[in-house]
Amino acid sequence: MNDFNPNILAFCCNWCSYAGADLAGVNRLQMPPNVNVVRVMCSASVKPEYVFKAISQGIDGVLVLGCHIGDCHYLTGNHRTAKRIPLAAKILDKVGIDSRRVRLDWVSAAEGEKFQKVVTEFVEEMRSLGPNPMKEVRF
Amino acid sequence: MTRIGVFICHCGHNIASAIDIEKVVEYAKGLPGVAYAGHNLYSCSQEGLGSIKKSIEDNDLDRVVVAACTPRTHEPLFRRACEQAGINKYLFEFVNIREHCSWIHAKEPEAATEKAKKLVAMGVAKAALLEPQEEGESEVVPRTVVIGAGISGLAATASLLEQGIETHLVERGDRVGGLLKDISMVGPEGICSRDLIEALVDDIENSPKAHLHLNSRVKELKGFIGNFDVIITKGDEDLTVKAGAIIVATGAQELQPKGEYGFGEHPAVITQLELERRLGRSGLAAKKIVIVNCTGSRQPGREYCSRICCNASLKNAIRILEANPEAKITILHRDIMSCGTTAEALYREASEKGVRFVRYGLEQKPGISTHGKSIKLKVFDEALDESIDLDADLIVLATPLVSPDDSEETSKLLKVPRDKYGFFLEAHVKLRPVEFATDGVFVCGSARWPVSARESIWQGQAAAAKASIPISEGKVRIEAITAEVDSEKCAACGNCVLACPYEAIEIVDDEGRRAAKVSEAQCKGCGTCVAACHNDAIQQKGFSSRQLGAMIDALARASTEGTQ
Repeated sequence: MNDFNPNILAFCCNWCSYAGADLAGVNRLQMPPNVNVVRVMCSASVKPEYVFKAISQGIDGVLVLGCHIGDCHYLTGNHRTAKRIPLAAKILDKVGIDSRRVRLDWVSAAEGEKFQKVVTEFVEEMRSLGPNPMKEVRF
Repeated sequence: MTRIGVFICHCGHNIASAIDIEKVVEYAKGLPGVAYAGHNLYSCSQEGLGSIKKSIEDNDLDRVVVAACTPRTHEPLFRRACEQAGINKYLFEFVNIREHCSWIHAKEPEAATEKAKKLVAMGVAKAALLEPQEEGESEVVPRTVVIGAGISGLAATASLLEQGIETHLVERGDRVGGLLKDISMVGPEGICSRDLIEALVDDIENSPKAHLHLNSRVKELKGFIGNFDVIITKGDEDLTVKAGAIIVATGAQELQPKGEYGFGEHPAVITQLELERRLGRSGLAAKKIVIVNCTGSRQPGREYCSRICCNASLKNAIRILEANPEAKITILHRDIMSCGTTAEALYREASEKGVRFVRYGLEQKPGISTHGKSIKLKVFDEALDESIDLDADLIVLATPLVSPDDSEETSKLLKVPRDKYGFFLEAHVKLRPVEFATDGVFVCGSARWPVSARESIWQGQAAAAKASIPISEGKVRIEAITAEVDSEKCAACGNCVLACPYEAIEIVDDEGRRAAKVSEAQCKGCGTCVAACHNDAIQQKGFSSRQLGAMIDALARASTEGTQ
């Protein structure tokens, strides 16, 4: 078995996905301990620069989780997330970083199980990709 | 250098059973800027809060990090403790090591402890860069809108009016009373429903501050606590009402169990609500009656217990027997949920009056066969461990309450969450049971979960009490998470203006220099503009790029340097 333990950062919006992560906890849904959540008010406040910073510092993967399209607490915030994050992934791809290291998904406040699924799948995927090559780069 | 205090919570066994608290405390002591690290059995208890306040004084702390549960429920509590100890409440940072760590990694104590260290390191890194903030204030419009005129909405409205608060009650139907108007008597005490409704309607009709809108819907809701714009539509006419608080009492509906036990095909198979209507009108001709509890509930796809059906079945069985002692009544059930002393007495009374109780299981549901008017049921009786045959001339299906067909629409309109069955989700099941996470919007009655008439009234009154708090205070504080522009860095490109969902940003001329300006009153603190800015010229208070960047650095460092 691949015993690489990826170090993962997740941005969760306060209203949906952070609440979804809370619900997963309340329901005691077990998942791998590799994902570390940062709370932001809206997924649309996640700058692509944060993703680049995390990847360039050797963090193995970045999850950006927001409300489902149409459910954003801030009306249309996540419409922008839906454009920005895939673009950030594409830029990473251009500089030789596997774009699968960035994943955007939608988790509502009622979807504890979805949070568990996204986390479990993403950790598995990062495990199969192996360590972020940027770890070897020292600035 | 900052003097950060870090407090790790055991939450009894909730956190301490998976996470080695001592190790996290020792680790926190070595983090940059930390002057004190300690732990509490329950940080949110009076004792816990007291010890945090004392530590702030004893150690001359200027920032506080609590690693415990979720900020969505407990942040206000700890912020208040900081304020009481003389620290600006925006110098407090919450780290979630319960919902996001101990509860979801319960079987991996070592990994959970390592993760908790990382999360604490990230929280401390952010805390070091937090800045004190001043909160703005905004006026509260002294008026409420209650959506739904069922018993819960009526109770909420009557209670608000009693406190002298002007209230608009919006009902989509042409009568008030909701589900209760089809029920003539509510159990277990046998109260006349019409009396219940009429007592509340009298209060409402006699108040000059009440506005009842029948055949109306809420079409649009804008704004925030203290200052909502509610557009109420009736036919072709729209009315805009300004309100300080909103109460959602949109109720539930009875499941129509398509295809179950011949429902919809055989006229003698009816739902419990139809039985209620018939009992209220003219009594029953049927002699052999079988009531099937848990029809369409507590099964895959709809796992929940609807809570009110058992008592309704018991009450109706007794009513039928009182009118016609010759009637033979069988209740098919999976277990009888008649909690409380009065309901328990009802169960006993039904047994004594000769109601037959047969327990069936989900694996072998009762089968039905019809020949003309006669109906036969084959039931596997779990107590006898064999099948029995029943004749019936009326089958009553006790189906659960389900969320209204338009609950998804309502949820989008009000931007409030629903659970997987479509019922609305309160902010916290114990701490904030009649509030949504969105400030100023409240919920009561069966919109939230199936409840009895009595519970609906309690919840309506509770929601009214909660809604009256901002209205009687007259002012609400606006959380200081708004965006602000560094006009030196701003190139006035206008990207943020386009990005803002609230039209809260405009480009203004400031002494010959054009730059973006955020209207604090309109800004809702989403941060969308922050990510749109190419120059890092807009920052969201409490979520600045330096603060979030420091969290990323801390996580990367913890991974490369380890957390020992």
